[in-house]
Amino acid sequence: AARMFLRLLSDIQWRAAHPKWRRMTSSQRSTSTTAEPHPVSLPAQAQVVICGGGIMGTSVAYHLSKMGLKDIVLLEQGRLAAGTTRFCAGIVSTARPVSVELKMAHYSNKLYQQLEQETGVQTGYMKTGSISLAQTQDRLISLKRIASSLNVMGIPCEIISPKKVLQLHPLINIHDLVGAMYVPEDALVSSANVSLALATAASRNGAQIHERTTVSHVTIQKGRVTGVETDRGRIQCEFFVNCAGQWAYELGHSGEEPVHIPLHACEHFYLLTHPLKEPLSSSLPTIVDPDGRIYIRNWQGGILSGGFEKNPKPLFTEGRNQLEIANLQEDWDHFGPLLDALLRRMPGLEALQIMQLVNCPESFTPDMRCIMGESPTARGYFVLAGMNSAGISYGGGAGKYLAEWIVYGYPSENVWPLDLKRFGTLQSSRTFLRHRVMEVMPLMCDLKVPRWDFQTGRQLRTSPLYDRLDAQGARWMEKHGFERVKYFVPPGSDLLDLDHSKTFYKPDWFDIVGSEVKCCKEAVCVIDMSSFTKFEISSTGDQALESLQYLFSNDLDVPVGHVVHTGMLNEKGGYENDCSIARLSKRSFFMISPTDQQVHCWAWLKNRLPDDSNLVMEDVTWKYTALNLIGPRAVDVLSELSYAPMTAEHFPSLFCKEMSVGYANGIRVMSITHTGEPGFVLYIPIEYALHVYNEVMNMGQKYGIRNAGYYALRSLRIEKFFAFWGQDLDAFTTPMECGREFQVKLDKGMQFLGQEALWEQKQNGVYKRFTMFILEDHDTDMDLWPWWGEPIFRNGRYVGKTTSSAYSYTLERHVCLGFVHHFDEKTGEELVVTTDFINQGEYEIDIAGQRFQAKAKLYPFSSLFTQRRRKDEVELSGYQRE
Amino acid sequence: FYLTPSQVNSILKANEYSFKVPEFDGKNVSSVLGFDSNQLPANAPIEDRRSAATCLQTRGMLLGVFDGHAGCACAQAVSERLFYYIAVSLLPHETLLEIENAVESGRALLPILQWHKHPNDYFSKEASKLYFNSLRTYWQELIDLNSGETTDVREALINAFKRLDNDISLEAQVGDPNSFLNYLVLRVAFSGATACVAHVDGVDLHIANTGDSRAMLGVQEEDGSWSAVNLSYDHNAQNEHEVERVKMEHPKSEEKSLVKQDRLLGLLMPFRAFGDVKFKWSIELQKRVVESGPDQLNDNEYTKFIPPNYHTPPYLTAEPEVIHHKLRPQDKFLVLATDGLWETMHRQDVARIVGEYLTGVHHQQPIAVGGYKVTLGQMHGLLTERRARISSVFEDQNAATHLIRHAVGNNEFGTVDHERLSKMLSLPEELARMYRDDITIIVVQFNSHVIGTYQNEE
Repeated sequence: AARMFLRLLSDIQWRAAHPKWRRMTSSQRSTSTTAEPHPVSLPAQAQVVICGGGIMGTSVAYHLSKMGLKDIVLLEQGRLAAGTTRFCAGIVSTARPVSVELKMAHYSNKLYQQLEQETGVQTGYMKTGSISLAQTQDRLISLKRIASSLNVMGIPCEIISPKKVLQLHPLINIHDLVGAMYVPEDALVSSANVSLALATAASRNGAQIHERTTVSHVTIQKGRVTGVETDRGRIQCEFFVNCAGQWAYELGHSGEEPVHIPLHACEHFYLLTHPLKEPLSSSLPTIVDPDGRIYIRNWQGGILSGGFEKNPKPLFTEGRNQLEIANLQEDWDHFGPLLDALLRRMPGLEALQIMQLVNCPESFTPDMRCIMGESPTARGYFVLAGMNSAGISYGGGAGKYLAEWIVYGYPSENVWPLDLKRFGTLQSSRTFLRHRVMEVMPLMCDLKVPRWDFQTGRQLRTSPLYDRLDAQGARWMEKHGFERVKYFVPPGSDLLDLDHSKTFYKPDWFDIVGSEVKCCKEAVCVIDMSSFTKFEISSTGDQALESLQYLFSNDLDVPVGHVVHTGMLNEKGGYENDCSIARLSKRSFFMISPTDQQVHCWAWLKNRLPDDSNLVMEDVTWKYTALNLIGPRAVDVLSELSYAPMTAEHFPSLFCKEMSVGYANGIRVMSITHTGEPGFVLYIPIEYALHVYNEVMNMGQKYGIRNAGYYALRSLRIEKFFAFWGQDLDAFTTPMECGREFQVKLDKGMQFLGQEALWEQKQNGVYKRFTMFILEDHDTDMDLWPWWGEPIFRNGRYVGKTTSSAYSYTLERHVCLGFVHHFDEKTGEELVVTTDFINQGEYEIDIAGQRFQAKAKLYPFSSLFTQRRRKDEVELSGYQRE
Repeated sequence: FYLTPSQVNSILKANEYSFKVPEFDGKNVSSVLGFDSNQLPANAPIEDRRSAATCLQTRGMLLGVFDGHAGCACAQAVSERLFYYIAVSLLPHETLLEIENAVESGRALLPILQWHKHPNDYFSKEASKLYFNSLRTYWQELIDLNSGETTDVREALINAFKRLDNDISLEAQVGDPNSFLNYLVLRVAFSGATACVAHVDGVDLHIANTGDSRAMLGVQEEDGSWSAVNLSYDHNAQNEHEVERVKMEHPKSEEKSLVKQDRLLGLLMPFRAFGDVKFKWSIELQKRVVESGPDQLNDNEYTKFIPPNYHTPPYLTAEPEVIHHKLRPQDKFLVLATDGLWETMHRQDVARIVGEYLTGVHHQQPIAVGGYKVTLGQMHGLLTERRARISSVFEDQNAATHLIRHAVGNNEFGTVDHERLSKMLSLPEELARMYRDDITIIVVQFNSHVIGTYQNEE
């Protein structure tokens, strides 16, 4: 009976849509699809082959064909929209915390709204609005933050009282509510029919769609996609798009050269009921009750309600043969807590008759964000999958971005947070994925406070000093699988308390980090920064220098022993990476990049370095432990340990030298820090790590040395206005826009990537400007803390968003960094941002709906730099990555 | 006032004991996975006893529950001694000789039994020498009698039961120079105990039962449901065959007085028992022993009292009824329990509760709405009730404890009612016996995999 019904759910409308679909494609299909499964033979070649006929695949096909591509083939192993898409609850919700996801959802909504008109296929689109409920003040704060970012995007949204909730939805019990967020333009659709509509439009534009065709694997030669093998023959192609949903991982691993797509399926349950006595109106808003872990929408006069339970059931860990999707069982006992929440929210539904409990697997990713982009190892192999149960909301926008990526080389938005290359092989273990998605799925509903860390899949990559630091009270966070210290809990503090500090307000590590910062400024601290990505590039002749000069914007033809801070820019002058490069010898370079650049930077360079066996690039990340000595006494510690003078005359800043520290020889010492404080970074071959650390700590004692963590580092770098790639800088930000012109040598005597774009910006000005804001009337103890993503208002008008923020212990103020745009007051058109424009404004930062006055600055406080330096030296070090 | 759930738990768990048969080389070669046992007193002190041991010189495991009456002395003695009698009865001639030679020459004795005891299960130190001598006499006789035949378990069990009861009787008649021991052997003989003992060896399960404790096999049917198979017959007035047997053993003239008010001679509930010499000895013997006995015995009205219509003793026997069962893979567990459990629960419920407990919640029948008309409210109620059932399962790490919780706390819907449980457990000592009896339970879990292998070999 269960299976019968599931067919009904979408087939009612499928039948309505199908005749049109068939008529439209009849020109390509000689006979009826039902009589013969494969009426049309597969083409021998195509430009793009898309695998997967769900919302993602059809959306990609739709957008590619709209962009004018004719040679598109979409392959579906079963029937269109028959997988997760068919069972999907069909809620289009724009209330997303990540900005790019919000934009995708917004675009999807607009697309679906006009899809029926465009294609003639009924999509069931109904603008119902959605109400997200808050049972606690903290939840309300998080809703207010989302509301702020929706509002500045022009999406109507308001925070409403419980009473107002009752007016909008009469069935709701409001007694335990403190407020809610109302997004009136959120919508409901029939997801299968949206998919069919997209397919219809794509096929009208020339895309070929073949159902009941299974892709067995993708062939890759010399790092490029060459074709697709299916059960009906081979198709040669230039681009392949893996939209196989929960099967994407397996498909990625089916070929000889695996493409790692870290996602894992979990069972997801929702309930369908018969209509109420007085059937519910189809325009009744959708209810999201995150504290109860449920959503409730109207469905054919009754309701559809599902949720994200605390104890998810992962499945298909061992692959697709484990279970057939149609055989998934209803599990009422598992659904029990969600049913409790439903009846608590709508007690009047007690007498409503159950129709069905649907078990619909959804795929989840290790960081709750979807996966899109090109494989780092196989060019032309694109992926769009892992929607974390928001496939319908993202479908339109995600398909558009991916199509742009294929056609133009990069999407029109910064999609780094979703880029496949943020992951590597290390996130590809099935055990890791199984454990992590069990944490991720409940997180869908959990309160997201600033600076939370995943608890599962930890301690994978660690520094050799891990145990030493842990024993000294280190508290850890994880980046790209690497454990990094947040701060050190002093002996005697209440450890449990600290670990549970989840708040939007002043966190309880405040004083701990404060004392670490103080030590960095007055004495010396040591921070383990081993997680950074480290490459060595060398050649027999000048190939290394020549190639790097083209790929990096700063001049790398510096004397041996010098360190250069430089951007790795794309054609548009945007930061693909931001790194430090030391010239070790005439022909070899040592490159340090942010931790999560390991996959992306490697792929970027691999794809662009000449294919020359005399030019070698090696990932040496694992070979070195990096210790950062920060503070005015770092010089003393190091010179005592090495019997070498380390003062500025002998060891100027941005210098690199191999020397001995303690008994260990061959330590690469660089006079850079990541905070603007004086200090050094020691790159230590790992077998010496413990020795050097012990020596440093012993010798440092008399100078007051102590351990410090990344929170201290963050506070230091932000108060000095250092931008950080991945947080402040992205592929859409140029050095000109963030005050780093000095790191660009437009006249270095040879061409480099992004040069033209930067020339143009230099002549015509920039359209956004990285700015530092000092919060004026913000009470650190009482007010909500800024995080990132807070809207910036100039003279009451929205001009941009913050990208990072920290409390400055020196200024005793909060500092926010962010980009200021100049939108024309009438047309909204983007205008050039001048220094005057920045300086002549009154600024406010919106934290969860509350605005705080802020002072804007384009240059850091020079008084913050302890050592007096010439201005250009300040600028030289005016750089920060992590 | 009510006991808190944690107080209730500490009462219920005070006597719980679990034993897992150790696995060797990762292969569990025993057909027994292990057992859980527990007892809940109603009498103060409790009159039930339990025993469990592994036979070291032969294969197999022994488990038993003993329900004492008129004091706990007899149950205590039987719980200490009976398994030795059984083990010795099962021993081959050579081993008996070896043991006897060791005793003779003062060498270390081969261990016969490995006991699995809760710390509260004690052995009497003072009587051990006396008990040992009686046991030695028994095996010496067995050596003399050497029949050369392989030992039959049924015979061994019957012999052991009868021999022990005989020794108890003899020890009381002979007395002991030590006044403490003298009083002890008399108390043992004048009190009584039923016994229900299981001997498991591979797929061979023997139950030897004397009295009204009961052995029940939990069987999982193909559809996953549970059913109960009785492996013992109660020896009481409800058992027609027993009544028939007793009547056969005595002249027709006593027919009316033999069983009155469902009791033997209108006094005793079980129709078979250890001890209870008042129903076994002649009037002369009873009088002689009581008169020459210590004052405490003389002052006791019960011991002096001669049952009415006492014409042709003995009226009572300790001879057990033995049932042999070949274990099958669907036989998942065995429950041995004193009548305290069976008075409150039907065996079918016992089978279901233990079965569901042992297989865990995973095997709880999933709910399917199917074509039924179910409302959200009804489903909610159903799920809440199921969760309550599961949570009570999770509270217990011991199947016997779980069963006691149900036996004492079950409401009319078959679910544990905490309020009721708390009320029953907080009864003062003197009232407790009116509402419930001592309960002693052993739940033995079988290894279906091993049993399946045995079956295939045969």
